[in-house]
Amino acid sequence: MAKRTPLFDRHVAAGARIVEFGGFDMPVWYSSLVDEHRCVRQAVGLFDVSHMGEIRVRGPGAIAALEWLVSNTVTDMAHGQARYALLCNDRGGVVDDLIVYRVSDDDFLVCVNASNREKDFAWFVANNPRTDATITDEGDLWGQIAIQGPASELVLASLTPSDLATIAYYHHAPGTVAGIEGCIIARTGYTGSPGFEVFVPADQASALWDALMKAGEPHGIKPIGLGARDTLRMEARMPLYGHELSDDISPTMAKLTRVCKFEKPGSFLGAAAILARKEAGTDTKVLAGALIDGKRVVRDGTRVLKDGVDVGWVTSGTRSPILEKGICMLYVEAGLDAPGTVLQFDLRGSLETGTVVSGAFVKKSAA
Amino acid sequence: MTVPTTLRYTAHDEWVRQEGDLLVIGITHFAQDALGDIVHVELPEVGDTFAAGAAVAEVESTKATAEIYTPVSGEIVEINEALDGAEELVNQDPYAGGWMFKIRPSDSAGLDSLMDPAAYATKIGA
Repeated sequence: MAKRTPLFDRHVAAGARIVEFGGFDMPVWYSSLVDEHRCVRQAVGLFDVSHMGEIRVRGPGAIAALEWLVSNTVTDMAHGQARYALLCNDRGGVVDDLIVYRVSDDDFLVCVNASNREKDFAWFVANNPRTDATITDEGDLWGQIAIQGPASELVLASLTPSDLATIAYYHHAPGTVAGIEGCIIARTGYTGSPGFEVFVPADQASALWDALMKAGEPHGIKPIGLGARDTLRMEARMPLYGHELSDDISPTMAKLTRVCKFEKPGSFLGAAAILARKEAGTDTKVLAGALIDGKRVVRDGTRVLKDGVDVGWVTSGTRSPILEKGICMLYVEAGLDAPGTVLQFDLRGSLETGTVVSGAFVKKSAA
Repeated sequence: MTVPTTLRYTAHDEWVRQEGDLLVIGITHFAQDALGDIVHVELPEVGDTFAAGAAVAEVESTKATAEIYTPVSGEIVEINEALDGAEELVNQDPYAGGWMFKIRPSDSAGLDSLMDPAAYATKIGA
């Protein structure tokens, strides 16, 4: 049986349609995915992201351990900073993508994907190079609630004495929210709209959820399911592990080498394999985005062609509720990722056309 | 979830209504509820012919694509053109305004496999 987050009863009470995702019974939508999506872009929405995993890395060797385990640097992170990074395997693929939150000198919280919680924790433990770094699975200790949308700051500010203006993008601070102590308020998110993610002690998650729903009422707050979470991140062109990233896809292909610091002292686990693949020229496909011309929806697995020749595959696709057009992310032969390139998409035997575009489909400023 | 008693049903959650010598076909309330917000319906062309069990149309929601099958062989004689631009009819009014196509059966094979309302209600746990 799938696991449940501390907020499961709230979702059922709100009439959510429940699906299994990453080993958890989660709300996919409450009433309408499209309404929920637009609510985040135009007002504010609340997401239960308690299914995400948290791994704590502590001790005098925490920095050295993380520098080896993750692709980005951590030594230069300020207390209260957050940083996106990858866990890489020895085949040049990606074990997971994650966010490292620096709590203090020798204390880090690492947020990982729900579907990879066990895999990542085992990976951290097995590959920890330091005996003076303690690695703990804190996944069940934390609830996590994302509040996203242009009104999110107003709503959250009404419930906390913390000065949210002092928390910059990709930064965080400990705080009390709705009277609940021991929260971590982070200005991060997975929607392409402004907002926060709040880590809350698991047994207080329901109280925080209720308080945020109530405080958000004047702003039209809605609970948002995983369906809209997926379409929002697609519009923002953020990768999702299992789609744009996998154990076989390299950071080179995913165009994520900017978070791979090959030159850092001692480099990092998997770096050599990524560079070897690059040198061998085996990573011929690269990640791109395309707008679809017709009304049919291109989805994960759709074959991509150029003048009748197979050139790639779609990793995520939907109809954008904001653009009201089909959008997708795809892997294509390098060179065909140039903006303006026209590609064909094989939808069960008939071809739809689409055009490669750069950047997010829906820009943050337009949100 | 009520199941209209005047219709018959397929194992793929299509409903079928007899209209003279034609069959009108759409998807059930249960099916639209599972798909979520419908954003496009890809319909066949009038005059297309299909064998029983063939995929005739596609329903796209923001989340998934579902193929719509014909339970009988025959020719498409009418499609619901109102669905182009008003896809939400499938969500809001699946048994009437959300109908998809009318087919003239070339034979009656396939009709026997349709479920009556009681059997369909049991299938979906209604």
